[in-house]
Amino acid sequence: MRIKADTGLCVGSGQCVLTVPAVFDQGDDGIVVLLTDRPDDETAARARHAVTLCPSRALSILRE
Amino acid sequence: MMESVTGESADVELPVERGCPFAPPAEYERLRARAPISKIRLAGDGEAWWVSGHDQARAVLADSRFSSDRRRDGFPLFTLDAETLRQLRSQPPLMLGMDGAEHSAARRPVIGEFTVRRLAGLRPRIQEIVDRFVDDMLATGRRPVDLVRALSLPVPSLVICELLGVPYTDHDFFQSRTAMMVSRTSPEDRRRALAELRAYIDDLITRKESEPGDDLFGRQIARQRQEGALDHAALVGLAFLLLTAGHETTANMISLGVVGLLTHPDQLALVKADPDRTPMAVEELLRFFSIADGVTSRLATEDVQIGGARIKAGEGVIVSILSANWDPAAFEDPAELDVERGARHHVAFGFGPHQCLGQNLARMELQIVFDTLFRRIPTLRLAAPVDELPFKSDAVIYGVHELPVTW
Repeated sequence: MRIKADTGLCVGSGQCVLTVPAVFDQGDDGIVVLLTDRPDDETAARARHAVTLCPSRALSILRE
Repeated sequence: MMESVTGESADVELPVERGCPFAPPAEYERLRARAPISKIRLAGDGEAWWVSGHDQARAVLADSRFSSDRRRDGFPLFTLDAETLRQLRSQPPLMLGMDGAEHSAARRPVIGEFTVRRLAGLRPRIQEIVDRFVDDMLATGRRPVDLVRALSLPVPSLVICELLGVPYTDHDFFQSRTAMMVSRTSPEDRRRALAELRAYIDDLITRKESEPGDDLFGRQIARQRQEGALDHAALVGLAFLLLTAGHETTANMISLGVVGLLTHPDQLALVKADPDRTPMAVEELLRFFSIADGVTSRLATEDVQIGGARIKAGEGVIVSILSANWDPAAFEDPAELDVERGARHHVAFGFGPHQCLGQNLARMELQIVFDTLFRRIPTLRLAAPVDELPFKSDAVIYGVHELPVTW
């Protein structure tokens, strides 16, 4: 599983950071920063959930 | 009487007042049971699409083909009278009334102020503020105490004042004007309150422009100067939005959250037993009360097919976050206040690019208030029967006018 973040769409709501801080962070400008684009088995389910919570649909899961 | 996608619209007198303080109006349930999106006839004249379903609410709010610009013809402003609408149209739009690139340009410079990390840095100070007002409650010999004036309003007001650099000594002024603006009674009073608050904030920003302080506006002014020129109107609009949204909504959620927990003792016991449950309890209370129902309206700028409905360009859409948050398709047994539900997909803060800018500040304030209040005053109880509490059934933002508590 690979996650993609579109920083152009991000509105800095921080939902992803609240959901999986091990995968998502925010820069000082509030825009999403991916700490890893390949969540491990432990965080994958929560990362998937974070993708659905993103209000601006800035996060997506890439099929590989 | 009504049909969902084609045919006759339903007659619904919007706004509909909540009957039971702990549930959406019965009309909402009937409308959702028919279809997740249906056309309704508004009180007076005009029609609009009513979005009841959770999936459909998120779909509309995240879709850029729906405009937030309240000044457009046909925008469903069912809570405003014509004169207030004219006043609104004569002023530069607030961030919440902007679309696309204009909205992004207004929101981007501010989101850095509300990152999860930055807000975590405010936690000790917010704890101090909450403790101070609880100290005052405990020190008073009088009972009962009105929790609204003792805690619900002062905490978020002082927090937003410190964040924005607004003098807290002016709190009576901006609290009363804001409460009037979101009440549904007397359009004249509402317009006067809006004008007075605008003038106050204009003056405040003018002073800050000559002497910027170490606060959010000091930083915005420095940034704007660096990038070129000051945009006074934009700063006034931002201050207006952050100051009003920053205290009134959180205050109402604090009061209702306390009512919700005190009237569901099994749920309160769960929270008291383990403060790790508080963040999820806050999410559930946000869903359960959905206080900002009816503020998320849109106007279709293109023909859109969504949830079986064919919405035409120029038609108004009213997204009911209260209905969406009580959609049984998204939340099992929505009428149950269940602090262990673990559901964060509610739309209490809206959805899409306009989702509440201050949501994580609100979450933190609510968590600290509930934890501190029930830890320090474990015997807290309502001092009036719940059905006699003055709920704000007449306001755009739901809440309670007074909340007598004792211990």
